[in-house]
Amino acid sequence: MPIPSNRITATFDRLRRQGEKALIPYLMAGDPSLADTEALVVALEKAGADLIEIGVPFSDPIADGPVIQKAAERALRTGTSLRGILRTVKSLRTKTRVPLILMTYYNTIMAMGEREFCHEAIQAGVDGVIIPDMPPEEAGLLQQASAANGPCLIFLLAPTSTAARKAEVIKRTSGFIYYVSITGITGAKLHDTDSIERNVRALQKKAKKPVAVGFGIATPDDARQIAAFSDGVIVGSALVRKIEELQHSADLIHEVSRFTASLKAALSSNGSE
Amino acid sequence: MARIPAKQRRFGKYGGQYVPETLMPAILELETVYTKLRQDRGFQKEFHDCLRQYVGRPTPLYFARQLTRTLGGAKIYLKREDLCHTGAHKINNTVGQALLTKRMKKRRIVAETGAGQHGVAVATIAAMFGLEAEVYMGTEDMARQALNVFRMRLLGSKVTGVDAGSRTLKDAISEAMRDWTTNVRTTHYLLGSVLGAHPYPMMIRDFQSVIGREARRQIMAAEGTLPHCLVACVGGGSNSIGLFYPFIKDTRVQMVGVEAGGMGLASGKHAARFAGGVPGVLHGTMTYLLQDRHGQVSSTHSVSAGLDYPAVGPEHAMHHDSGRIQYTSATDQEALEAFDLLSQEEGIIPALESAHAVAEVMKRAPKMKKSQVLIMNLSGRGDKDVNQIAQMRGIQL
Repeated sequence: MPIPSNRITATFDRLRRQGEKALIPYLMAGDPSLADTEALVVALEKAGADLIEIGVPFSDPIADGPVIQKAAERALRTGTSLRGILRTVKSLRTKTRVPLILMTYYNTIMAMGEREFCHEAIQAGVDGVIIPDMPPEEAGLLQQASAANGPCLIFLLAPTSTAARKAEVIKRTSGFIYYVSITGITGAKLHDTDSIERNVRALQKKAKKPVAVGFGIATPDDARQIAAFSDGVIVGSALVRKIEELQHSADLIHEVSRFTASLKAALSSNGSE
Repeated sequence: MARIPAKQRRFGKYGGQYVPETLMPAILELETVYTKLRQDRGFQKEFHDCLRQYVGRPTPLYFARQLTRTLGGAKIYLKREDLCHTGAHKINNTVGQALLTKRMKKRRIVAETGAGQHGVAVATIAAMFGLEAEVYMGTEDMARQALNVFRMRLLGSKVTGVDAGSRTLKDAISEAMRDWTTNVRTTHYLLGSVLGAHPYPMMIRDFQSVIGREARRQIMAAEGTLPHCLVACVGGGSNSIGLFYPFIKDTRVQMVGVEAGGMGLASGKHAARFAGGVPGVLHGTMTYLLQDRHGQVSSTHSVSAGLDYPAVGPEHAMHHDSGRIQYTSATDQEALEAFDLLSQEEGIIPALESAHAVAEVMKRAPKMKKSQVLIMNLSGRGDKDVNQIAQMRGIQL
């Protein structure tokens, strides 16, 4: 069940009224440190991020390509844990109201316990969760635990999803639908935007919920193309690669902000459909 | 015959389908196709014909007279899966899944391998069925099992090293799943053990159950009675469930699964999931998993690459909780001693994986009565391990 009046829905509503599209950057928590993550989230929002996805590092990220795999390894080496990330979110909530969405594999939630996770996440100020290895079939426990107070469970659809699966995800997802642009893993190359457009438009017609597109969106140009027909774009590996290159540099915040601003500018230059 | 897994695709609370959305339609298609073929006479006949003519089944149930005398207890029978084509039970499952791949009109298979036995079986079957194959293998395992890497390449398969994480079986499975995700429309993932999302654990158990069905018939012919005890090593758990499953309702038959004790349970360097793991989700299934308190998967250690994996088949998890199967472990050291014993007493060099089962037989058989019968699954032959053993003993070949 959708959560009444949460920050994610409110943000998409506001953007739609303003004729804008959502920019949703992804970064890996704890890469290079949780203190950096906190500073980066604040900087991303200032640079134009509308919602922010925070990756929870996992030892075996089967849906992720090499860039995010390596980021997770770096974050785990410095001892990043889900509990530590929730503390960071709590601290961020004294500074920003930008919607924060955790992207995490099921086992890290299961290790904490589904109920405790939902409670702690809401207490900390998490708005939504994306779990790439939790299809609707396996969502029962977490849906029960999140039904009353959230967080939003955001489900994914892919180019391979059948009509029946689309209907199921449209029913269950709350906040938005995460449409995976390509048949592949994060960081793969974008291609055939025509078929992405067809799929997203068909989805929007049925869904009456925002559809954000992720996987393979790396440049302002990619973002502009995808935003032309979707409600938002998610940029992960390209940003994480920048953070990797600059992890020891004093310019980290500045350069990441600049890249984010260039993505946001590309979305704005698009105009509404 | 089997009601398990039930409609909810689980073995008790274990199992399930924890995979990315991109793969779900393929998993569901596999479930539909396999559920139908499971009852299809033509498919079953094709499968069993291939097992007979190509794999060399039935494999003998061999009475190990010398070992029985030396250990001085139960009568020990060895189910000789080491005599299968390619030298291990792994080929039974690859035959089944290759036939399935053809029925699904897919031309390419991907697979993971630890010790290389599954990889070799995949490469073999791909050559025979005219399928394109790519096998992922941790670079650590490629070093340990160089001979099998070469065999796969000789058979025409592509072997791709995986340099992530612990560079072993776990990382090879992750990488094979990523390839499958990317190429799912044309590619079947030929998983090698009773792991992964439903229907894999059920389907692979079914294909491997030929081991137990034969053993049951053979022991009835030889002894006129059911065995008192079955022993097999447990990595993912396919050879063990293959032997156990046809006896599972015979409550008098004891069953013992042997995990890799590595350098000892106290050292933390092992792969004994039932000794050190708790339920979790890895590679599509909920099961016992070696992990830290934050849910990060632990590195494992075993002298045998085939047992070096942090999770175990979900059906085993269920039988562990119910007590139907008993699980124990053997250390590297015990397995190496057992490796020598079987080689010298019976003239059979076992795979290091199977040597873990031999180690348990060495502990258990002497405590049993001479009238009692024990069957051990000799899941693979040890030729692949000879280099590694020589190296450990400082011998240059």
